[in-house]
Amino acid sequence: MRSIRKTATAVSAALVVAGLLAACSSSSDDPAAGGKTAITVVSLKPGSEQAAFDAFENQVRQFEAANPDIDVTSQEYEWTGPTFTAQLAGGTLPTVFTVPFTDGKALIERGQLADLTEHVRGFGYADKFNATVLQSGQSDDGGIFGVPTAAYGVGLHYNRTLFAQAGLDPDKPPATWDEVRTYAKQIAERTGQAGYAQMTEENTGGWMLTSLTYALGGRMQTVNGDKVEATIDNPGAREALTRLRDMRWQDNSMGSNFLYDWGTINQEFAAGRIGMIMGGSDIYESLAQQNNINPADYGLSVLPLAPGASAGLLGGGTLAAVNIKATPEQQAAGAKWIDFYYMAKYLKQDAAELDARTLAESDQPVGLPELPVFDKATLDQYNEWIKPYVNVPLDQMRFFSDGIFDQDLAGEPTARTQEMYAVLDTVVQAVLTDQGADITTLLSTADAEVQAIIDRG
Amino acid sequence: MRTWVRRGGLSTLVFLLPLLVIFGVFSWLPIVRAALMSVQQTNLVTAPEFVGLENFESVLGDPLFWTAVQNTGLFALIALVFGYPLPLVLAVLMSEVRRFRGLFSAIAYLPVVVPPVVAVLMWKFFYDARPDGVFNTILGWVGLGPYQWLQSADTALPSLVLEATWAAAGGTVIIYLAALLGVPAELYDAADVDGASIWRKIWHVTLPQLRGVLLVTLILQIIGTSQVFLEPFLFTGGGPANSTLSVLLLIYNYAFGSSLGGDYGAATALSLMLAVFLAALSAVYFWLTRSWSTS
Repeated sequence: MRSIRKTATAVSAALVVAGLLAACSSSSDDPAAGGKTAITVVSLKPGSEQAAFDAFENQVRQFEAANPDIDVTSQEYEWTGPTFTAQLAGGTLPTVFTVPFTDGKALIERGQLADLTEHVRGFGYADKFNATVLQSGQSDDGGIFGVPTAAYGVGLHYNRTLFAQAGLDPDKPPATWDEVRTYAKQIAERTGQAGYAQMTEENTGGWMLTSLTYALGGRMQTVNGDKVEATIDNPGAREALTRLRDMRWQDNSMGSNFLYDWGTINQEFAAGRIGMIMGGSDIYESLAQQNNINPADYGLSVLPLAPGASAGLLGGGTLAAVNIKATPEQQAAGAKWIDFYYMAKYLKQDAAELDARTLAESDQPVGLPELPVFDKATLDQYNEWIKPYVNVPLDQMRFFSDGIFDQDLAGEPTARTQEMYAVLDTVVQAVLTDQGADITTLLSTADAEVQAIIDRG
Repeated sequence: MRTWVRRGGLSTLVFLLPLLVIFGVFSWLPIVRAALMSVQQTNLVTAPEFVGLENFESVLGDPLFWTAVQNTGLFALIALVFGYPLPLVLAVLMSEVRRFRGLFSAIAYLPVVVPPVVAVLMWKFFYDARPDGVFNTILGWVGLGPYQWLQSADTALPSLVLEATWAAAGGTVIIYLAALLGVPAELYDAADVDGASIWRKIWHVTLPQLRGVLLVTLILQIIGTSQVFLEPFLFTGGGPANSTLSVLLLIYNYAFGSSLGGDYGAATALSLMLAVFLAALSAVYFWLTRSWSTS
């Protein structure tokens, strides 16, 4: 009897172990459930309002109706360096995802993106792209691995209400960096809010310092054949940091928080606590969807460029890509989704109208100023198609839309961009939090550090 | 073999197996893999490459490594000087109180129950560097400040220690309170008969009776503060200008700082170095204090 009981316990214990192991090893990714090709696509940023997600799901349903053999699951997504790395390494990226222009080349070189050349050719617009824009998603031999879905230029976002309260004319945004400084001071003195603030964390400090440096005529890297030289210690960067230092320590017009990343500065700006910020021209979408900005507060203008041929506007954008680990059927389905969700609207009137109508019905922003991923005529045509659905205060953004095409657009630095930005975060933080910070030393140290990172390859 | 089975060896093993498997898969396997990765160059996507001690060399050659070590050491030191005695003082005071002792211990323990992220967000609000920020307003009443708190390299690290102490003290208070209950009342009675003051009673009775617990909480605190991550990560991201970059945050940055696949080799190499350092420190500590312990 005793031995039976013992055997029974032993057997049940063994079953528990077997069960545990089975639970650990069960797999859930069946690419062809019920004869359909299943793909996962990125949807919107976490924290977007429900109506935005509803609009997205409507678009998923429209796509599935047009492609009955594809089953689409959506996943919230916000590109950040750390989460993207973890998803990439862990193999948990969805079938279709987006990355910034700056990462396209390196991901392609490392064989981490699927080849979409044939698919994009099939859609008929492979040759229509703006060549400079497409480059960031192309391999050296011209294969298309990332489809540019949106391009932005850095703009000056300002709060019209704070402008008015400070006695400034909201219809006269600053046109020079000296004006930015005097306006910021006036806003800070008269409203008690930060006149101007700048991102400093999570690589955004470097990104914005680079934007300001470009606008003042400097460049952070120069390319000679295969060799990339860090040129962080340049007159433009020196002037950029000096201007920031003066606004921070002489004028005290930058508020009291100097640790901002993309999300937190947008939050503060939308809440009406900052007069002016630099940021990608596309942030209104997030300000509306995530931060509930009062549209009447919002104004967008071009970044003032210093006189001289070398001053340029930093631009960037988003690439849609397909997971290299997806099956060929999934890759084809993913490419179709990219065409449907991101691209077709620019080229086909019915797609443009359907997209705009779906968004407008859920009260999502339609008609924000964009930079062309194809050519300007195509973008103008698209803007014409969606005109009846435009629901954003375009008039308050006209200073950007009117001025942007007169500015020289310059791409982001290409070598180890995000790592360089991380080094520059520290530089900007030091200038804004330490009154005695020595700009020359900071820049030369950063220059050497970045050069070492680039040389390490 | 037969006797081993008959004596229950087999069923012991079978019962132990689930635990061994879970512990092995989720604890030991990652540790072994991390040790292996510390001598490899890998992005976890393509095949890893053996690089010997290169990762260790690159970590030791990184100027940020020394910044991180310095910051972590300073954090541990400030936490030790201010954070270590605080729970003991609180526990002794609370044990002296007869009424509402339960209420006091609940209040002391409350910060431990608050989810850390919520606590940090709350303190971020307190630390607002504007003159009308919460702490600056309160200190302004007595003519102090306004202070920069997290917005200056000089005050950011101590600000993190303050929050970390607030968040962790409750747990230690409870441990001390439990230990204080174990101190025999006769000892205090005897001290009373000898006419000892309250300070002499604490010094000659309470502290010696608690020394076993005190020794353990001390080393636990040192290990805990050496692994500080949450506060710098959530409060400052290591800033301003790397003034709150801790060793663990640096490990995180190595692994996830670049969006193009991090330097997992360097991250695991530094993790291993930290683990070895803490193990050695604990061993030395227990060896040095072996004669003081109660057992």
